[in-house]
Amino acid sequence: MLINPKEILETIQMVRMEHLDIRTVTMGISLRDCSHPDIEVFNENIYEKITSRAKELVRTTNEIQSLYGIPIINRRISVTPIAIVAESCKSPDFVSVAKTMDEAAKAAGVDFIGGFSALVHKGETRGDLKLINSIPEALASTEKVCSSVNVATTKAGINMDAVGLMGNIIKKTAELTADRDGIGCAKLVVFANAPEDNPFMAGAFHGIGEPECVINVGVSGPGVVNAAVRELENPNLTEISETIKKTAFKITRMGEMVGREVSRRLGVEFGILDLSLAPTPEIGDSVAAILEAMGLERCGTHGTTAALALLNDAVKKGGAMASSSVGGLSGAFIPVSEDAGMIEAVRAGALSLEKLEAMTCVCSVGLDMIAVPGDTPATTLSAIIADEMAIGVINKKTTAVRLIPAPGKRVGDSVEFGGLLGSAPIMAVSNFSSETFVKRGGRIPAPIQSLTN
Amino acid sequence: MTSSRFIITVIGSDRVGIVARVTTVMASYNVNIVDISQTIMQGIFTMIMLAEAPKENFDLAAFQQAMGAEGKSLGVEIKVQHEDAFRFMHRI
Repeated sequence: MLINPKEILETIQMVRMEHLDIRTVTMGISLRDCSHPDIEVFNENIYEKITSRAKELVRTTNEIQSLYGIPIINRRISVTPIAIVAESCKSPDFVSVAKTMDEAAKAAGVDFIGGFSALVHKGETRGDLKLINSIPEALASTEKVCSSVNVATTKAGINMDAVGLMGNIIKKTAELTADRDGIGCAKLVVFANAPEDNPFMAGAFHGIGEPECVINVGVSGPGVVNAAVRELENPNLTEISETIKKTAFKITRMGEMVGREVSRRLGVEFGILDLSLAPTPEIGDSVAAILEAMGLERCGTHGTTAALALLNDAVKKGGAMASSSVGGLSGAFIPVSEDAGMIEAVRAGALSLEKLEAMTCVCSVGLDMIAVPGDTPATTLSAIIADEMAIGVINKKTTAVRLIPAPGKRVGDSVEFGGLLGSAPIMAVSNFSSETFVKRGGRIPAPIQSLTN
Repeated sequence: MTSSRFIITVIGSDRVGIVARVTTVMASYNVNIVDISQTIMQGIFTMIMLAEAPKENFDLAAFQQAMGAEGKSLGVEIKVQHEDAFRFMHRI
C-alpha cells in the first residue's frame, strides 16, 4: 500500500475516538469600504459585503469536510473592528450594527461573527466609546455576534480608564442576559496584545493590517494529545514533550491542508493556521486531562504551571514545523467551562482563580470562561482584568479575560451554557476591595520591554 | 487536492461477502481499486483500499452515501476520504 495502513488507522482513530477536528474556518472580511455617515446606509453596506463575500463559505467547507472526512465544527466570520468603520456614523449608538451583523451571519449560515470590537489600548475615540457603551445591549439582542476590546499592548501600556469601563460593561452585559445566566459575557473578551488574525471566538476580528478577505483556520485536538501522552509507558518529561510535538505536527498538517483547499476553492487568500488546543466539554477532549496525564493528581495543584508551559511550548514547536503560516493564538487554551477536566478540578477544590492566573503566564490567552459570583463589584472585575493585562504587557504576549459574573449566583452554584460553551462552577474572587486602585484611572505606562527601536 | 484517489476504510466485525458487496458498489460508480489490504486490529476487521475515482462526472457525495448505506446494511463502518488527508498528516 502506498500509504502505511497503520498511519491510515491512526488518522481515523484521531477523528473517531479522540475528537480531532478543524474547530473553525473563519473568513476575515474588511469592512473599510462600507463607512457612511448615515447608519442605515452603513448597515446596508456591511450586510451586502458580508453576505456576498461569505456566500459560498458554508457550502465549500461542507464539501471539504466530506472530501477529507475531517469534521469542521464551526464556520465563522470576522470583520474590521466596528468602532473604526462605524466611527463616522451619526448615531448615538451602534446596536443596530450588531443586529445587522447578526442577520448577515444568519444569512451566510455561519455560527459566529466577530468584530464588534474596539482597539483602545492608548485611548478612546468617540466611536470607540459609542461602541463600548453599545456592547451590553448588542450582545443581549443578538445571537451570533461576538465582541472584543483591546485595552492594552506592550507598546502602549494599559489603558486603565478602559479597564475600569470594561468592568461595568461586563456587569451590565451579564444583567441584560440574566435570564440565561449572563451568557452575553461569553461573547465578550477583553484583550492585551490582541492578534489581528485570530480565528477563534469570541476574540476574532479582522485586523487593520489584513487584506480584503482572508481565510484563517483554527485546528484543535486536546483529545489527540491526551491519548498520545497516555499511551507512553512511564515516560520522562523530555519524552512527553517530544510526543506532544509530533502530535501537534500532525494536527497542524491537517489544518493546513484544509485551509489551503478552502481558500483555493473560494479564491480567497489563505491567512494563518492557528493550532490551539481548544478543549470541548467531551470527556478526554481536555487540556486539564493532558496535564493530569503528565502525572498531576489534579489540574491546579503545584506543578500545573510547569506542565502547562511544557505543553504550550511543545505545541508551538510542532505547529511551527508543520506550517509556514502559523499565527493567531497558537497554544493551549484553558477555558474553564469548556473543559470537563477543568470543571472537575474546580469542583474538587484543586483549581482556583489565582492558579489560573499563574497558568496564563505560560499559555495562550488568559482567564477564559470563568464564572464568578453575580455580586462581584465591577471594580473587582476591572482589577482582575488589570492583572491579566499586566501579564500580557510585560511578557509581550496575548492575554484575555472572559468573565461571567452570573447574576444571582454564588460560590457553590454553577451555570449551564450548553454546546461548546459548557457549564461552569462559580469561582471565588477576593473579598478585599480594589476600588480605589481601579478608580484612579489613567494609563499604566508601556514597560521598558517596549523600547526596542 | 492533487489526485482523484481516495482511501476507503471498512471497520467492523468480519462476515462473508463484505469485499464482494463493497466492491460492487464501487464498480457501479466506476471506482477502481489501486491497492487493498486487510487486517484484524484488536479483534476488529479492518479493510483499507486505495481507490481511484473517475476524473470527470464523479459525484463524491452520492458515492459516499452509497458506501455508507452499504456499510450500514453490512453492520460495518465505511469511510471514503481523499488520500491527501493521510498523505498530508504523515508525509512532508
